[in-house]
Amino acid sequence: MNDINTAGWRPSLGTIDGAALPDTVTGNRALDLQEPLLFEIGHADRSGVDFDDVEPDVLPTLPRRAARVDLPGLSEPECVRHYTRLSRQNYAIDLGLFPLGSCTMKHNPRLNEKVARMPGFAAVHPLQPQSSVRGALTVIAELADWLVRLTGMAAVAMSPKAGAHGELCGLMAIHAALDARGEGDTRRVILVPESAHGTNPATAAFAGFAVAGIPAGPDGRIDLAALLARLGSDVAGVMITNPNTCGLFERDIKTIADAVHAAGGYVYCDGANFNAIVGRVRPGDLGIDAMHINLHKTFSTPHGGGGPGSGPVVLSAALADYAPRPHVVRDETGVRLVEAAADLPQAFGRMCAFHGQMGMFTRALAYILTHGADGLRQVSDDAVLNANYVLASLRNVLDAPFAGSGPCMHEALFSDHGFAEGFSTLDLAKGLIDEGFHPMTVYFPLVVHGAMLIEPTETESRAALDQFLGAMRSLAVRARAGDPALRAAPRHAPRRRLDETLAARKPRLVWRG
Amino acid sequence: MRMLPLGAADRAAMLATIGAQAIDDLFVDVPAEAVLHGPIPGLPLHASERAVERHMAALSAQNLTAEQAPFFCGAGAYRHHIPASVDHLIQRGEFLTAYTPYQPEIAQGTLQVLFEFQTQVARLFGCDVANASLYDGSTACWEAIAMATRVTRRNRAVLSGGLHPHYAETAATMARFAGDDLCMLPTRAEADSDDAAVIAAIDGQTAAVVVQYPDVMGRIPDLAAIAAAAHAQGALLIAVVTEPVALGLIESPGALGADVVVGEGQALGVGLQFGGPYLGLFACSEKFLRQMPGRLCGETVDADGKRGFVLTLSTREQHIRREKATSNICTNSGLCALAFSIHLSLLGGSGLERMASISHSRAVATARALGAVAGVSVINHTWFNEFALRLPRPAADVVEALAARGILGGVPLSRLCPDRADLADVLLIAATECTDMHDIAALAAALGEVLA
Amino acid sequence: MPRYFTRDHEWIEVDGAAARVGITHYAQSQLGDITFVEVPAVGAVLVRGDSASVIDSVKAASDVYAPVGGTVTAINPALEEAPDLVNSAPESDGWLWDMDLADPTELDDLLDAQAYADLVAAL
Repeated sequence: MNDINTAGWRPSLGTIDGAALPDTVTGNRALDLQEPLLFEIGHADRSGVDFDDVEPDVLPTLPRRAARVDLPGLSEPECVRHYTRLSRQNYAIDLGLFPLGSCTMKHNPRLNEKVARMPGFAAVHPLQPQSSVRGALTVIAELADWLVRLTGMAAVAMSPKAGAHGELCGLMAIHAALDARGEGDTRRVILVPESAHGTNPATAAFAGFAVAGIPAGPDGRIDLAALLARLGSDVAGVMITNPNTCGLFERDIKTIADAVHAAGGYVYCDGANFNAIVGRVRPGDLGIDAMHINLHKTFSTPHGGGGPGSGPVVLSAALADYAPRPHVVRDETGVRLVEAAADLPQAFGRMCAFHGQMGMFTRALAYILTHGADGLRQVSDDAVLNANYVLASLRNVLDAPFAGSGPCMHEALFSDHGFAEGFSTLDLAKGLIDEGFHPMTVYFPLVVHGAMLIEPTETESRAALDQFLGAMRSLAVRARAGDPALRAAPRHAPRRRLDETLAARKPRLVWRG
Repeated sequence: MRMLPLGAADRAAMLATIGAQAIDDLFVDVPAEAVLHGPIPGLPLHASERAVERHMAALSAQNLTAEQAPFFCGAGAYRHHIPASVDHLIQRGEFLTAYTPYQPEIAQGTLQVLFEFQTQVARLFGCDVANASLYDGSTACWEAIAMATRVTRRNRAVLSGGLHPHYAETAATMARFAGDDLCMLPTRAEADSDDAAVIAAIDGQTAAVVVQYPDVMGRIPDLAAIAAAAHAQGALLIAVVTEPVALGLIESPGALGADVVVGEGQALGVGLQFGGPYLGLFACSEKFLRQMPGRLCGETVDADGKRGFVLTLSTREQHIRREKATSNICTNSGLCALAFSIHLSLLGGSGLERMASISHSRAVATARALGAVAGVSVINHTWFNEFALRLPRPAADVVEALAARGILGGVPLSRLCPDRADLADVLLIAATECTDMHDIAALAAALGEVLA
Repeated sequence: MPRYFTRDHEWIEVDGAAARVGITHYAQSQLGDITFVEVPAVGAVLVRGDSASVIDSVKAASDVYAPVGGTVTAINPALEEAPDLVNSAPESDGWLWDMDLADPTELDDLLDAQAYADLVAAL
């Protein structure tokens, strides 16, 4: 008997020897197919593209290359098979839950894909005359309006290409505002909590600031006294994440924002965790000056195996004028893109070519229109409910360092305290793979030993959560007992643990034959 | 709502497990004055799938597309034909909804694709190694300049006037905050690229020389000569390729001496998409390996000795190195890299050459037809698939008039350089294998009418 | 030749006004498999406490601080091909750099072998 076969039927085929998995000639195992590299199966003379018959008409002045680029080609059937087989070696949201804290791996709606591919969005060039793309510009204006109203801010910069790029945009706006006040050379320090995501200090450095760390208190939140003590005339501002990377709402956020403003600084908020409060709390009401929004987190655009993302930055009135070029403006005369430096004299510059990740704007707008103000509020409700359900269900088998100080937000944090000697968070995470789940975020935030940060998101059903929780309970017990089989996990995945030391010592980044 | 699986009974049972009375109790830490007690006023409530689709379709229909109109826009984004297989394959859920491959045991699909992509980009650009993508060509250009300053420990860069103005502005914005000194040569509407001026501007303090190839007007710089001049002063040559299909016919920048080659991969697999998401390409010499920005995928073996792939050299990256990272990039452009890689695997070297040959041939036919229109002259001596015209009237007005006639007749240079009245009569025209002879005839006829 | 230690687990072996620097066995055990060692440039002038070298393991990048001030005269050429020497022989063949001492009195602030052994025992 098992969960899948509750009736207990057995095959009527006599005795079947299921002792050991037999070897195969191909190395395949039924639907588990091994796929060679493109360079091992393709040919330089093969191509899967049929072109029109066009006589070459080449300029004698064109400096032609001597030999073709050495790249293998595949016929269409070979190509489809190559990539289909590769896709089957990936875990994905479409397959199961990703309990990844701070990543918000919610379901990616298919309407998003349909809308993004409408020709009026997909087949228009960013530099076409504006009169020919009013509908596309309107999409950007509508999304911008939603983002501003959901966050209670004054303006939004739409061009940043991802969250980290948005962080850079926000900090550069702060730097520009300080320069305009004549304090750009004196206020060089950005305060960053120790629990912050690595992009925060990296971004501060790229924006020309020095970083000073602020410790976390015993309750997992910013040490308010330490932060207040560090404020001064050399501080440009603070980068906070709220809810923070421990999954907790920073209760002192208004106090912090008021103190930073009084000390002449600005408040940057990393919006990665916006899913916890969208529709229920507006960062603008908390005193935030700039916040990037990850459309690929809160607003359901697909992760795509590592991007593309989109990181629009909402800005307070104090920073709005410094937003980078270009802007989409909508007023009684219509909608237009304002690009020229002369028309935006205080803009700190340009973040990238063209005007933003249109393909993610269409997807995010479709998602937002689908949910509406009430649906988005339900999103954060259910996200926080699901995370607290996880916390309540696991805190008797896993150490939850901050569970005593109140509810978590959209993610629950556990540590490896209590694991048997020699057993680590990594072992539990790899064990989760065999159970059919992607591991949770591990070893982040750094302020907790062996951190495991679990964010279920609102698109998981209770049944899906219960299955996950059952697996987690089992793994927690095994980690505390020191089950040696856990050290060998995963055993069922397409590959077992990979030698990352070898990859770093002897980097092989391209195929050399 | 269809995306929210929890029902009232679920919520009640879960609250009971948690020991809370209502969901509001879970938000106890939010300052009371900041808690909204209902949906944000003034915003619409949820809508049916059909209603959302209709709303978006209506907005889509207001735009004149490259599928409807004869289309000649380039200037950093190119319209090529993307085989149907590409878009079909990238929509497989295991690619579309996968995460960054930090758990390699269950991400070998993504990782093998990245390894193949890196190899394709390195070969296409003529370099030793390439990364797993950056956001787009303009940010890749900036990242290359930043890397050059780290590697040479100098902070001056020379930017050719042939560099796309958006790329130059992006580099200038980043340089302002990094404290770097950019020597930005002016955009000039001459027949040849500004190689001599670039070479003259290189000095012993120069970290990098940045040259677009083909340049914003489609001219083709002599990278070998510029590389020699840069190396003589200890500077790096960064070549910028905004139209990778050009490399089907002209030599790869790495083979001509470029130390770093960056570019925009949008032309292959990704599509126009009104400006994004696009695909940043970054390749360089092996000696800069540990200074490269962005993710890198490397080959290794697993515990059973089977070949596999992992993200590697992560200690350069933000999540480990934090303020000393080589870049702050986290999410890059994975799905676009997949689309590029699939398209290029369908093309192979032979298909890329064919695509380039047709694109160039159609551009030559276009230049011939347009150069015959009264008052119009072709500025370039040579080009791949994009060239500049000098018109007797401001190009922006001409382009508006063409659009009113249902023709997307190129990009006025003034769109990229709005403060340069002397460039107002220059029009950038691009052609590809999608450009049919009747498109060319339509443009030539309409241009003749508009200028008459 | 006398060997001294720092609280950050570096060792320095002194020969008159010159010295050789590396990390201790305890340090390498904490770092895990070392994948790359970034060493200072020959000729670089170090101030005591500067981050002079960075040692990469798979998941971390760890600073190695100059135990005393001075000028770098040589770096260990074997580390480029074999960074694992720092794991296998941290206190001999896995040395990091040689340097001239700017101020030998700075050695007085360092730990001797016994004091360092006591420090590690208490960890």
